[in-house]
Amino acid sequence: MNRILIKGGRVVDPGSNRDGKFDILITNNKITRVGKKIVQKGARVFNARGLIITPGFIDLHCHLRDPGRPDEETIESGSRAGIAGGFTTLCCMPNTEPVIDNEGIVNYIIKEALRVRLCRIFPIATITKRREGEEITEFGELIRAGAKGFSDDGDTVADANVLRHALEYSKIFDVPIFEHPIDNNLAQDGVMNEGYYATKLGLKGAPAIAEDVIVARDLLLAKFTGARLHLCHISSKGAVQLIRKAKQDGVRVTCETCPHYFYFNDQALETFDTNYKVNPPLRSEEDRQAIIEGLRDGTIDCIATDHAPHTQAEKELEFARAPSGMTGLETALSLVIMELINHQHFSWLEVIEKLTINPARILKEELGRLKPGLPADLAIIDPEKRWRYTEAKVKSLSRNSPLLNKELKGKVVGLIINGEIKFLPGDKVV
Amino acid sequence: MPEKNLLGIEGLSAEDIYKYLDLADNFLGVLERPIPIVPALRGKTILTLFFEPSTRTQISFSIAAKRLSADVVNFSISSSSVIKGETLLDTAKNIEAMKVDGVIIRHSVPGAAKVLADQLDAFVINAGDGGHEHPTQALLDLMTIRQRFGKFKGLKVLIVGDIAHSRVARSNIFGLKTLGAEVGICGPPTLLPLEIEKFSVQVFYDLDEAIKRFDVIMALRIQLERQESGLFPSIREYRNLYGLTKQRIKQMKPNAVIMHPGPTNRGIEIDPEVADGNKSLILRQVKNGVALRMAVLFIHAGGKIE
Repeated sequence: MNRILIKGGRVVDPGSNRDGKFDILITNNKITRVGKKIVQKGARVFNARGLIITPGFIDLHCHLRDPGRPDEETIESGSRAGIAGGFTTLCCMPNTEPVIDNEGIVNYIIKEALRVRLCRIFPIATITKRREGEEITEFGELIRAGAKGFSDDGDTVADANVLRHALEYSKIFDVPIFEHPIDNNLAQDGVMNEGYYATKLGLKGAPAIAEDVIVARDLLLAKFTGARLHLCHISSKGAVQLIRKAKQDGVRVTCETCPHYFYFNDQALETFDTNYKVNPPLRSEEDRQAIIEGLRDGTIDCIATDHAPHTQAEKELEFARAPSGMTGLETALSLVIMELINHQHFSWLEVIEKLTINPARILKEELGRLKPGLPADLAIIDPEKRWRYTEAKVKSLSRNSPLLNKELKGKVVGLIINGEIKFLPGDKVV
Repeated sequence: MPEKNLLGIEGLSAEDIYKYLDLADNFLGVLERPIPIVPALRGKTILTLFFEPSTRTQISFSIAAKRLSADVVNFSISSSSVIKGETLLDTAKNIEAMKVDGVIIRHSVPGAAKVLADQLDAFVINAGDGGHEHPTQALLDLMTIRQRFGKFKGLKVLIVGDIAHSRVARSNIFGLKTLGAEVGICGPPTLLPLEIEKFSVQVFYDLDEAIKRFDVIMALRIQLERQESGLFPSIREYRNLYGLTKQRIKQMKPNAVIMHPGPTNRGIEIDPEVADGNKSLILRQVKNGVALRMAVLFIHAGGKIE
């Protein structure tokens, strides 16, 4: 029997509403005890004094670019990036080449994840065939193959009737429909948030209402169909207000934001650094404050990374031509700590729930909490550690992050997935 | 000493701006001489690097450089070769290897001049980066306004037309506000950028209302593709609402003047009779442009007066 005993750490486990000094015993691949002063003969003991232990993070939204773009990322490299950032489960978005719209591709991803054996990979399949927004995919077959949700991420399902049918059909399986809420007619080819800074810099703006109008439409459709809607990468004040109201009205909606939407605002574009070009764009300070409020009052359920790797050659292009997206798996926790905990004074329970139990509930998976009997997925965090995100440290195949070479605070120093030690303080990351 | 590069008007102090304008006034005298050349930049190599066509601006810079005895190399890169994959950074590395002293860049993308400047030891002059800035145009406009009115405090300048896509409008707004002028903008709301009022400019939709109140009326070139993207319904209606027509300019103050950065769409945003009329300073702007660009090159290339 393989036993690991983690002693003396501060356990933050929102799923059990627990924040305090506890020991954790892992037996084989499961958590077997969480309690005070556990003694267990024959266990490998790890002293976690001064460190924080949380469930492993679950990212509802990342791009692993596999299949199709092994120059940007693969399941293997993306998993390594995830592990370095504390993630034990990654939901990979289906806008790959080819897109994840059939069981064959879902099978490929699941087999590849088993082969690399790094972290849990949950494929999200497309809502519509070829991601064209017209005919819905075979939800049943895809779920049977292992898909955990559906999304045409990268594009809104523009035709409201198609989305209506997708939402209705999803009720057979009670799976979430992950919507990318941006009206492309309003956003056009804008490269940053429309407003003061776009006006100052002469960069073409995409307005926040491009997000708000689709959020409003989707909430109405969710209410009408009674299906489960999950709104991706919420970035605007208007969207937060609409979702808050819909939740009060009992609509079955959940949503996520990303670290860059509470950490940066559109002033960052003054650098003309294409690594700040993301979709939806970094919004105004007022929007950023609204995102923080949404996180605080629970309107926003999850923090997802929208990790979007791109090659240097792509990001070196001029602003209008460079693709949208920044990497985020390796830096998400630092931004959570620096902004939400240190600066906005969120409690650890408040933020960790958005990385663990809340995404687990949306996926309806028995993950994301430190409960005896559940798989032993946990992250060990040094909240005070200062570190620099240098090229040498990057695990992703891409380095399109504006945080590259910046000093960050707070780091995952240990990670266990399914009882398997990926690394512990002092060890090197696998 | 100003910064190494001139990338925009934003961030320049009034003192910085006046330094360019004062020197440009001096160079106007040089241009009047029988042999209008000074040896100030002898041995310096200036590259004009134009990623979008602008014959006038490129010629104006070339003449300015030649009047200062610099060697000038003109380079126009069609947008097709950019699409083929020649990135700005690649171009920058090539330029660096060729050891030029200064680069004048025109590019369709905002921030392009900054991207280049961040890579080069050579000084960089922004000759227009997308809808962002066109600092030498604004400086020559300011020079022209000062020649006529002698001061900026309390002077009222109205910019008419497609403010949203105009680098000329942005650079002029930054410069005019820095020097203490009052700035108004006038155009259809579809061509006015969001939150422009935060730059302390007065916003008008009705040109007949606005035109009476200002000392300088600056028309902008209307790009015909804006109609195709649905920002205004027709050239006819644009001219009726925002054109500087013979009729409309009768409402101007007696001493008020008309400016335009060129090239003009004659008969659209400005009637030929108005462009060529006695209120127009358009050719004066073109002439001042050479002297002003001499001043910019002189300052940034570290010129010496012998």
